[in-house]
Amino acid sequence: MIYLQLLWVFVKIGVLGFGGGYAMLSLIQHEVVDHYAWMTTTEFADMVAISQMTPGPISINLATYVGYNTAGFGGSLLASFALCLPSIIMVYLILRLFMSKKNNTLMTNTLKGLKPAIAGLIFAAGLAMMNTQNFVDFGRGQYNISVIICVLAFVASYFFKANPIILIVLSGVVGYFAY
Amino acid sequence: MKKVLQLFLTFFKIGAFTLGGGYAMLSMVEKAVVDQKKWIPNDEFWDMIAVVQSLPGVFAVNTALYVGHRVAGVKGAFAAMLGAIIPSITIILLLATVFHEYRDNPVVERIFKGIRPCVVALILAPSLRMIKSAKVTWKTAIIPIATVFLIWWLKISPAYVILAAIAGSLIYALVIGRRTKDGGQKTEDREQKTEDEGPKMKGVLSPQSPVPGQEREEVKP
Repeated sequence: MIYLQLLWVFVKIGVLGFGGGYAMLSLIQHEVVDHYAWMTTTEFADMVAISQMTPGPISINLATYVGYNTAGFGGSLLASFALCLPSIIMVYLILRLFMSKKNNTLMTNTLKGLKPAIAGLIFAAGLAMMNTQNFVDFGRGQYNISVIICVLAFVASYFFKANPIILIVLSGVVGYFAY
Repeated sequence: MKKVLQLFLTFFKIGAFTLGGGYAMLSMVEKAVVDQKKWIPNDEFWDMIAVVQSLPGVFAVNTALYVGHRVAGVKGAFAAMLGAIIPSITIILLLATVFHEYRDNPVVERIFKGIRPCVVALILAPSLRMIKSAKVTWKTAIIPIATVFLIWWLKISPAYVILAAIAGSLIYALVIGRRTKDGGQKTEDREQKTEDEGPKMKGVLSPQSPVPGQEREEVKP
């Protein structure tokens, strides 16, 4: 049963995951954290951080981790494979059937229109993680260190395009000394 | 057979050593596949990447599947895909077993308490950058706002929101396609215009968004 659920969830994510790794976060979060509760919101945040610091696609990392936690080694392979399955079929069909210029333009234009919605999707994933589980000292004590970390990391990332790995390491160091 | 093995090794190397997601990977794939091995000519590679990029799913996997299939057929596609994902799966499996044991370690817990708010920032920042690159105006800002509202506030499954957005974008793309086809000399001008009002076609996304054409007289502030 759990295998079927994993298969269904990750095939769905593979089919609807437009716009790259971050865009898939919202889908994964909804299924894995909200719907099936296979992961807590802090575990989800930890996994995103670990994915950032290890090589490889973030969605594959999350699929492997969720699969492993829910159904062991077999589950991890199944979830990762389920995520790739729609891609296998689609790339094959695209290469075989649809390689015409006309379809190409239609697809590019569709994606262009989809972009603002995907941006909203990613933003929603970030908002959903803004809770007291991830911001442990929010509303408690006089210094909201977690809020300061978040704001500084945002400024560094958005305005200065700082390397995410460096930001994660620095925040970890701050966390170690602050908590 | 040699090519199949080479594909596997090439993507294994890329999968094991590229940090920073799909786009960082892309330049390494180009270097290996176009420059060094000369498997695919440069312009064809980038044409196909544009197509592959617009597909859903894991970008690295899509790229591996395309390159593998192009170079050595179905076997090549699977070899490249496995090469691309085996490093991440291995690393995460190793970490997952270790992480289970050390998760409740007070030092690890303190470090992660600092990291979690940073992760939130690292997710919010690219979404805003994307809004900028998608050239969202004050009028079309309704789309990302409605998306956030539906998912975050109303807790509607992102799956339905994506499906609605795809439907809207497809209509938008079809309209653009038709208008540019019958456009004479002023094609470029018309394209600009349709692009400006295009996203409004995504009225399907939310009932609040205006009917196309209604806002035409409105002057931008």
